Amino acid sequence: MTALTDPMGFLLFTKGPLFNIAIAIFALGLLARLAEILLLGRRPNFAEPRAGEWLPGLRTVVTRTLPDPGTFKRAPFNVVTGLIWHIGFLVALLLFIPHIELIKGLFGVSWPGLPNPFVDLVTAVTLVALAATLVHRLNHPVKKRLSTVEDYLVWTVTFLVVLTGYLAYNRLINPYPLALGLHILSAELFLIILPFTKLTHIFTAFIARWYNGASFGRRGVQS
Amino acid sequence: MSPIVNPAVNPEATTFNLERGLAAFRAEIDGPVAAFFSSCVHCGICAQSCPFYLETGDPKYTPILKLEPLRLVWESEFTLWGKIKGALGLQRKVTDAMLAEWEELIYDSCSMCGRCSMVCPVGNDIQAMVRKSREGMVAAGHAPEGLAGAAVRAVKTGSPMGLQWKTLQVQIEHVQTSSGLTVPVDQPGVDYLVMLSSMEVINFPEYLEAITKIFDHAGVTWTLSTQCFEATNAGIQIGNKDIAALLVERVVDAAVKLGVKNVISPECGHAYTAIRWEGPNLIGRRYPFRVFHIIEVLDQLRAQGRITTEGKELDRLSLHDPCNLARKSGVIQQQRNLMDLVADQFVELPEHGRFQWCCGAGGGVSSNERAEPLKLAAFKRKKAQIEAVEPERMVTMCATCRTQLEEGLEHFNMDIPVVGLTELIADHLVDKEEPA
Amino acid sequence: MTAKKHSVGEHLRDQGVSRRAFLKFCTASASLMALPPGLIPAMAAALEQARRPSVIWLSFQECTGCTESLTRSHAPTVEDLILEMISLDYHHTLQAAAGEAAEAAREQAMKDNFGNYLLIVDGSLPGPDANPGYSTIAGVSNYAMLMEAVEGAAAVIAVGTCAAFGGLPEAAPNPTGAVAVMDLIKDKPLVNVSGCPPVPMVISGVLAHYLAFGRLPELDEYHRPLAFFGQSIHDRCYRRPFYDKGLFAETFDDEGARAGWCLYRLGCKGPSTYNACATMRWNAGTSWPIEAGHPCLGCSEPRFWDAGSFYAPLSVPTDLSSTQVLTAGAAGALVGGTVATLARRTVETAAASRQPVTADELEQTL
Repeated sequence: MTALTDPMGFLLFTKGPLFNIAIAIFALGLLARLAEILLLGRRPNFAEPRAGEWLPGLRTVVTRTLPDPGTFKRAPFNVVTGLIWHIGFLVALLLFIPHIELIKGLFGVSWPGLPNPFVDLVTAVTLVALAATLVHRLNHPVKKRLSTVEDYLVWTVTFLVVLTGYLAYNRLINPYPLALGLHILSAELFLIILPFTKLTHIFTAFIARWYNGASFGRRGVQS
Repeated sequence: MSPIVNPAVNPEATTFNLERGLAAFRAEIDGPVAAFFSSCVHCGICAQSCPFYLETGDPKYTPILKLEPLRLVWESEFTLWGKIKGALGLQRKVTDAMLAEWEELIYDSCSMCGRCSMVCPVGNDIQAMVRKSREGMVAAGHAPEGLAGAAVRAVKTGSPMGLQWKTLQVQIEHVQTSSGLTVPVDQPGVDYLVMLSSMEVINFPEYLEAITKIFDHAGVTWTLSTQCFEATNAGIQIGNKDIAALLVERVVDAAVKLGVKNVISPECGHAYTAIRWEGPNLIGRRYPFRVFHIIEVLDQLRAQGRITTEGKELDRLSLHDPCNLARKSGVIQQQRNLMDLVADQFVELPEHGRFQWCCGAGGGVSSNERAEPLKLAAFKRKKAQIEAVEPERMVTMCATCRTQLEEGLEHFNMDIPVVGLTELIADHLVDKEEPA
Repeated sequence: MTAKKHSVGEHLRDQGVSRRAFLKFCTASASLMALPPGLIPAMAAALEQARRPSVIWLSFQECTGCTESLTRSHAPTVEDLILEMISLDYHHTLQAAAGEAAEAAREQAMKDNFGNYLLIVDGSLPGPDANPGYSTIAGVSNYAMLMEAVEGAAAVIAVGTCAAFGGLPEAAPNPTGAVAVMDLIKDKPLVNVSGCPPVPMVISGVLAHYLAFGRLPELDEYHRPLAFFGQSIHDRCYRRPFYDKGLFAETFDDEGARAGWCLYRLGCKGPSTYNACATMRWNAGTSWPIEAGHPCLGCSEPRFWDAGSFYAPLSVPTDLSSTQVLTAGAAGALVGGTVATLARRTVETAAASRQPVTADELEQTL
C-alpha cells in the first residue's frame, strides 16, 4: 500500500513530500524575488525633503487597502468584488480552525478562529465574487486588454483553492481524503506559482505601497 | 546624475537606436520599479484615474500598459524568472517597432499627472515609471518632435520658446513704468532669485508685475538674473536627464553666482518639480539654497503678516490645482489660504488637492503638437468638474494649466476667464489701486 | 475442531441457540448492513439452510488484537453466534492442536473443501521480494502459506488493517517488506475489514452476508464493505455539532474537553476515516474512542501509522522539515541576491556607459 493512486495515498503525498516541495519552491522563489527588489534599492535622493519617508510610507501601506471615494464611484464593481473576495479569502485562510492549526504547526503561532459555518458562508461568497471578477475580466475593455495567460492561470488556481476547500468542508467530494488532498494540492500549486506570477503582490504590494508612500510623503503628500 | 562622458563609449554609437534606448531603460531600473512591476495584478483601476483613458474610452491608454517596454526590460534582465523564460525562448523582447508604437502612449497620452500613482491599489508609482520610460524613449530616438524641438531651443537659446533676455527686458521696462517700481536685476545677496517661464513672459506678463508689487509691499529683497531667467525644464518634459541636468545647472550657477538664499519657481508646475525635486539628483548634489514655488512664498509672507490685503473678489471662484504643485509637490493648503484672503465666494472642485484632475496639458503634452486632439479630450474631465460647480472664474498657478484651461473653455464655448493666483493677490494689496 | 458438514440452523440448535435469538441476530445483521427489513426472513431462511463453511484463518504479522476483538467481546454476543456458524478448521492462535497436528488439520481442511472454504487472514506478510524469514509458521513462509491456501479458497477476508493495508508492520521504514493481502491476491473475491482492530460486528456482518447470500457485500474502492465503511467517523460523530459551531477542545483537560467538544484540534482523524465505530461503538455498544475523550486515530485507513502524529490535526503537514524550508529560503535569497547583484551591476554599467544625449543629437532628429 504505497500507491499514489488511492485517496489516502494521494492525501498523504500532498500532506507530506509535496507540501515540503511546494514550500521549498515557494521559499526559494519568494526570497529570490524579494532579494531582487530590496538589493536593487534606491539611488540617494539629494532633494530637501518636506517630510520623512517612513511614516507616510507605512500609512500608504495601510490606506491603499481602500479606494479613494472618486475611484470607488467610478469603478464600484471592480472595487467591491475585489475587496469582497480578498477579505473572504483572508478570512477563510486565516480564521478557519484547520488552517489555524496548520499555521500553528508551521510557525508555532495561533489565534482564535471563527465558527465553521460562518467561514463556510464567507467561502461561498468568495467563490461568487471570484466568479464575478472573472466575468468582469472577460468583459471590461481595460481588464480584457490587460489580461494575459498568467491572469487566467492565477485566477484558476486561486478559484480552485477556494472551491476545493469549500467542497472538502461540505464533503461534496468523496472520499474525504481525495477532497482534502485536492484542496491541499491546489494550495500547493498556489504556493508554487506564487513567486513567479502576479501572486507575488501578496508580499510585494506592501513594499510597493511603502515606496509609493515614501516617495510622495517626502514631497509632503499623503499618497 | 550628472552627465558622464565615458571615454570607453563607442564614438560610433552617437545616434539614437534601440540598444542605446535599452541601456537607458536599464539604467532607470531600481528597487521601487522592481516592487511595482512585481505587484501589478492587472486590475485596471489605474485606467479609472486617467483622463486620457476615461475621455477616449480606448483601453490602450490604460496607464500601466504604457510601461510595457520598461516592464519587459525589467522582467527579462532583472528577474530570475525572466532569465528562465528567456533561456526557454518565452520572453518577449522590446523592439524598435514596439517603442515606435509606444511613443504615443508614453508621450501623447500621458501628462504625468500622477493620479494613477495615487489610486493604484498595490501602490505602483506609475507616473514615476513613465518619467523613467521617457529616458529610454529619447535614447532610442522615439521622442516626439515637438518636445525635441523645445529641448533643443531650451539648450541653445535658454528658453524652450526661444525667448531672449531682450524680450524680457522690454517686459521689465513695461512693468517698471506701469508700477513705478524697480524690477531688480542681478542683485547679489538678496533673499530670492526669481525665475520665470517663457510662457508667462509671453502670455501672462501680469505675473511679473504682480510679484514686483507684492515683494515691494512685503519688503522682500529679490532679483532676476540675466544669466538665467528660465525655470522650465524641457529635459524633464522629454525625459532626458542630460538635457535636464544641463538646464538645472544653469539655474544653480545663476543662484550661486548671485549668492541668493532662495530660488523661486514661477507659476509653472513642472518647473517646480524639476528644480525642487529632480534637480539636486540630476546634478548629483545638494543645493546651497532653498527652492520654493511662488505660492509657497506668498503663503509664508501671509503667515508672517507681511501681506495685507483689502477687499475681496465678489464673484464665484474655483481653483485648479496643478498636478505638479499639488499632488506631486504637496503644495495644497497654501493656495487655499491665499484664496481665503481674496475670494469671497470660493468653491472647491469636486475632487481637488491631491486627488485633483489634470488639465490634460502637462508632462509635455502641450509642447507636442501631434497630441492636440488627445489634449483636448483629456480636458473634458476638467471641464466636467468645472461644470459641476459653475464658477464665474477659475484661478490657478501654472501657466501651462492656465493656457490649457483658457483654450479648452473657449473651445467648448464656456465663458469662464482664468486668472493667476499671484495676480489676484497683487490686486488686493493695501494701498494699491482697486481692480478695474 | 473437525469439519462438521451440517447446516447453520442445525448447528445452532445443537448449541442451544433459540430461534428467537437467531432471528434477533439476523435482524441486527441486516440493519447493520442497511438491508431492507423485507430481506430479513429471506436472510434467516438462507442462513438456516446454509452449510457451515469451512474457514481457514491465517495469522501472519499481527498482534492478535483482531482475534481478541472477535472473541473477547462481551458474551453472549452475535459474534459468538457467528463463530458458531462457521467451521473454523484452522486458527493457530485459537485451536488446541499445535505443531504438526495443527498444520495437518489445515492441509486436510484445504483438501476436503477445495474451492469452497473461506480464507481469513489477519496480519500483513513479507512480500515475495522480502526475506521470507521475517515471518514463518512451522518453517513455512507467510507468503508461501498464503499462496498455497488461497488457491482453493472461495473468497478471502482480510481482517484488520495489517492484513487489509499492511498496517503497523508496513509502516515506514517497513523493515520486513510487509505487504497487504490485496497486494498479492488479485484473482479471488476479497474483502478488507480494516480497523486496528476492526469492529467485531463488522466481521460477523460480513460473514453473515456471505453465508446468507453466497457472495460478498458491496465494497468501496479499498474493498471494504460499504455498509460499514460508507460513512466517515466525522459524519456520524455525536460531537459533530461542536465542530460545526467551532467549539474545540484544545487540551485533554480543558473546559472544552470536559464539555465534550470536538477533538479536531487534538488530532482527530474522524473526517478522513471511514468506519462504523460512531454508529456501532465498542464493547456491546458501551462506548467508542471519541466518546471516551480520545481523538480518532484513523486506524481503518491505509497508512495510518505514517499519516503524521496521532495528535496533530488533520490539516497539519505530516513531515514538516523546517531545515528544508530554511535551506530553500536561504538558497532563494542567495539566487535572488546574485540576480539582483548582477542586475545592479547592469544598472551601474548602463548608467556609466550611457552616451549622454545632447541638444545637437536631438536637433538632428528634427
